[in-house]
Amino acid sequence: MALELERVTKRFGDFTAVDQLSLTVEEGTMYGFLGANGAGKTTTFRMILGLLTPTEGNISWNGRTISYETSPLIGYLPEERGLYPKMKVLDQLIFLGQLRGMKKSAAKSAALHWLDRFEVPQNTNKKVEELSKGNQQKIQVIAALLHNPQLLILDEPFSGLDPVNVEMLKKAIVDFRNGGATILFSSHRMDHVEELCEQLSIIHHGKQLVSGNLRDVKRSFGKQNVRIRADFPLMELESMEGVTTAHHSLEGAVFQVEEERVAHTLLQAALLKGPIRQFEIEEPSLQDIFIAKVGKEHA
Amino acid sequence: MREFWIIFKQSFLTKAKTKSFFITTLIMVAGIFLFANLPSIMERVGKMMGNEEDDRVLVVDESGVLFDRLLEQLQRNEQGISLELTEDSPDQLSEQVKSEEIAAFMELSFDADQTIQANYTTSSLVDQFLPSTLQDALQNIQTEVKAEQLSLSAEQVSKLFAPIQFEKHNISETAKSEEELNQARILVYVLMFVIYFAVIIYSSMIATEVATEKSSRVMEILISSVSPVKHMFAKVLGIGSLGIVQILIYAVSGFLAYRLSATGEKNELSAFFSLENLEVSTLVYAVIFFLLGYFLYATLAALLGSLVSRTEDVQQMIMPMSLLIVAAFIIAATGLGNPELGYLKIASFIPFFAPLVMFLRVGMLDLPLWEPLLSIGIMVVTILILGWFGSKVYRGGVLMYGPSRSLKDLKKAVQLGKE
Repeated sequence: MALELERVTKRFGDFTAVDQLSLTVEEGTMYGFLGANGAGKTTTFRMILGLLTPTEGNISWNGRTISYETSPLIGYLPEERGLYPKMKVLDQLIFLGQLRGMKKSAAKSAALHWLDRFEVPQNTNKKVEELSKGNQQKIQVIAALLHNPQLLILDEPFSGLDPVNVEMLKKAIVDFRNGGATILFSSHRMDHVEELCEQLSIIHHGKQLVSGNLRDVKRSFGKQNVRIRADFPLMELESMEGVTTAHHSLEGAVFQVEEERVAHTLLQAALLKGPIRQFEIEEPSLQDIFIAKVGKEHA
Repeated sequence: MREFWIIFKQSFLTKAKTKSFFITTLIMVAGIFLFANLPSIMERVGKMMGNEEDDRVLVVDESGVLFDRLLEQLQRNEQGISLELTEDSPDQLSEQVKSEEIAAFMELSFDADQTIQANYTTSSLVDQFLPSTLQDALQNIQTEVKAEQLSLSAEQVSKLFAPIQFEKHNISETAKSEEELNQARILVYVLMFVIYFAVIIYSSMIATEVATEKSSRVMEILISSVSPVKHMFAKVLGIGSLGIVQILIYAVSGFLAYRLSATGEKNELSAFFSLENLEVSTLVYAVIFFLLGYFLYATLAALLGSLVSRTEDVQQMIMPMSLLIVAAFIIAATGLGNPELGYLKIASFIPFFAPLVMFLRVGMLDLPLWEPLLSIGIMVVTILILGWFGSKVYRGGVLMYGPSRSLKDLKKAVQLGKE
């Protein structure tokens, strides 16, 4: 019971949008899909939804290929607002619910329930174009969740929302995962992925630069961050062997090091100069990994 | 099939429920009622403006006899013209006409040959009725005067002016009698207009709808639960039904309006709407050609609409299609006067012109049955081909974004659809 992509490649003429992409999303887990704009995220989603056929490779969900028969089990949130601007919110949700196989009455009560849960019941009879960007995004998310899908594909679900609403939405999505749904989502926001996803991929120009379990990704990155706070400048330490980058601030510096051994050498070197207020070895953040991997590709 | 009906219902109902649809329909119905009652409204307005008085013409009669005979003649014809004898000089009268105190004046006299000389002076450019009535009346008097001179009896005079018998018979198989043709002409003309407007309005509505769905990205959600082909045909049928409902509303209100209109005056339009002398076959053909024309152009419009990503580009994209419809209408309109022109026959078998041109020919001529059938067959085949090709383009087109507003994108879309 999982979504599997096996060495999926998609070419448009000479252009390779997705190159040898493999990933597995287990039931009841969330998979983060990271990539800069134009990395091939939307193309991948469209292939999973069956809108495009892969040039090579195989996509299956629970051992079946995804087709219009399985569409009632899938929820999809496109990147930009995917709603009729001139249609009323409730009518629209009922229509989209019906398209995903719901009965009219069931779609209506589910829509009202979600509007209530997302604290926008006052928008029930408004036209979508009258709503703010954030509220449109909420309606959009409701449209993706309404029919209780088992596979959720969310393209940038949190864009345009304030922190309070992001939390509300996160909670809803986590509830879905806990209910056994398989979730795949893309984001520019590393912190969201770090917080929510068990597994992730970073793709760039269609290639999978990093993939796997969050902890493994961080470990295999190898590099660690060393935070040192001291009352004197630490500029000289930057040139030590094994230090890749350094960020200085008023209170000290953060060094990225190749291995843990370098961290200890750094500490010793710093202690020679004077007293240290704080010394810490941190895991690299996803942000660091993303910048290191994608940035390197750019260069 | 379930999704098909959901989309069908959605495209029908959301459009039908819009304010603009309601208002357009209401205005059109009001317009039809107004038009039906136009003669009686004009009459009433005329009365209110105080125009019901007879036209008054001052006459300077130098002959001394003509005025009385003219008066007599006009009374016989019961025309609403009142004459008044005056002694004023022509110059004075000219001044009065200029200052618009009177509408016109006329000087009457005999020349040496006892022929009537009349000088009619007016300041109105558009006044045709009054002088021609007076001229006719004077002509009659002239005939009487001359007959008296020649001492002809009334019988002899009427023999002299007896009209000849001239009857036209057309033995061409396709021609209808002149009377039939005139009746058919107005019916065909009205229906042609309906077909033309319906096709142009509803097909551009479809293109806009598709482009709106694309630009708002609802399309991605739609085609992830419904195949693009199903979506396209549901859309075409949904908007088509909306069009049929709207036309039916107009037809019923037209029928009621002319039934209820108080004038009781019969003209060709009222005869059309009251379904007198209506040829059922013409109406049946109108329905057939409307449906075929609609599906032909709607499929094309959906195809074109799927190529643009912004609603602003729709009009530009469907421009070639709109020109085709306009061309079809112009070709058909030139045939109203003479439906037997050679190029009409050719045009009536060209699929994009056929809905209007073949309808014109079949409505106005007695064509052998195979001609309309062949034309219908050609259109059905074209619709099928367009539907097949359209669904290929549509599959890819709806996923294509970017500045696409030329027909070159057709190839790209078909390619993407295959992938």
